[in-house]
Amino acid sequence: MLRKRIIPCLDVAGGRVVKGTHFRELRDQGDPVELARAYSSQGADEVVFLDIDAAPQERGTLVDIVERTAYEVFIPFTVGGGIREVDEIRALLRAGADKISIQTAAVQRPELITEGARVYGSQCIVVAIDAKREADDGWQVYTHGGRQPADIEAVAWAKEAQRRGAGEILLTSIDADGTRRGYDLALTREVADAVNIPVIASGGAGHPQDLAAVLVEGHADAALAASIFHEGRFSISETKQYLRNRGIPVR
Amino acid sequence: MITIVDFGAGNMRSIENALERIGTPVRIAATPEAVASADALILPGVGAAAPAMARLRERKLAAQIVDAIANGVPFLGICLGMQLLFERSAEDGASCLGVFPGSVERMVTTEKLPHVGWNTIDVTRPHPVLSPLDGEAMYFVHSYAVVPANRDLIIAETSHGGPFVSAIAADQVVAVQFHPERSGQAGLRLLESFVRFAGVGAAHVA
Repeated sequence: MLRKRIIPCLDVAGGRVVKGTHFRELRDQGDPVELARAYSSQGADEVVFLDIDAAPQERGTLVDIVERTAYEVFIPFTVGGGIREVDEIRALLRAGADKISIQTAAVQRPELITEGARVYGSQCIVVAIDAKREADDGWQVYTHGGRQPADIEAVAWAKEAQRRGAGEILLTSIDADGTRRGYDLALTREVADAVNIPVIASGGAGHPQDLAAVLVEGHADAALAASIFHEGRFSISETKQYLRNRGIPVR
Repeated sequence: MITIVDFGAGNMRSIENALERIGTPVRIAATPEAVASADALILPGVGAAAPAMARLRERKLAAQIVDAIANGVPFLGICLGMQLLFERSAEDGASCLGVFPGSVERMVTTEKLPHVGWNTIDVTRPHPVLSPLDGEAMYFVHSYAVVPANRDLIIAETSHGGPFVSAIAADQVVAVQFHPERSGQAGLRLLESFVRFAGVGAAHVA
């Protein structure tokens, strides 16, 4: 039986792992490669690196992190943050990344999904969606690190991403991100039920029970979390034990 | 020494890193000559079958791989590198290497596709490479799976809303649908057991 995946997310800026609240107030949390290796040995199912600088001049740093990670870590890892061109996808896959997450550029130019999937296969194209709850009961897609509304409805965009060849959706609730009060279950369920590709839920994890909730009630295929693991409140193995005890299939 | 076939459609780097980790010398082969002189071969691959076969033929590697297998060179196919061993793929109608009769078909399942993540391998026929890993979870990412005409090839199955073939073997050939180079410690153990099976030097997990 396919296991539910637990994925620590490493927000990278200037070659370090950082974490903020509502995409702001960044705090240093360590060396990305070291953290990725530690998480892998604790039983993480995958690792995600998000380059939150996403400055073109910093791309060399990111490629270097990817190369070093590929050399030491033997679980899949995804890289995202400001990726706009098929050439950048190629460079990061060559450096050893397994999947590339695209977000703002996918909204601005959806053909990037199609092109990436055609050249490298759907399995390595993850479309990241940052969504914010709107007053009228739906969720709006935001780009540029959660700052700019894209005027697209999140569920419709997830379907469009799938149609264009995305292999997975990485879905972040801007409202829940950094709050540690749990994932946006309604958003996750809406999206997970609307598409036939795996959905990775993100934003809001504060306790293993939040991961349990999003994997069961939220219908997510995987749960991504950052500070809960980085700050050592719960280890990956503790979290997995908690999920296992509740009958959720984990590795 | 293990030779990884480089045809520009692979996650070669991660396989190379994994073999280095278990202390196995690796060579990358992009020419028919290099494939012809290999002691043991790994055929990696991600993505679709048709472009991969086009590249293998362009570089004159396809016929060389088939010859090497016919000559009994130990061989490990990984993911697309497993699928290419069959006659054709329904993914894009590609005609493949045809080492084994059978085809590659879209998985029949009520679950989500692609099948992404960690899933159990159930060894259905004892084999020195797979048996030590019976019941372990390995990392998969694919929507198509092999349908061998000869079911005796099957050595492991996995379930994703229905069973599919996750490993096959015949003589010196082993092929797996999952990614041992991305399956953590269990994956490294599988590569170790292939290195032993191939008789190309001792390996140990660091």
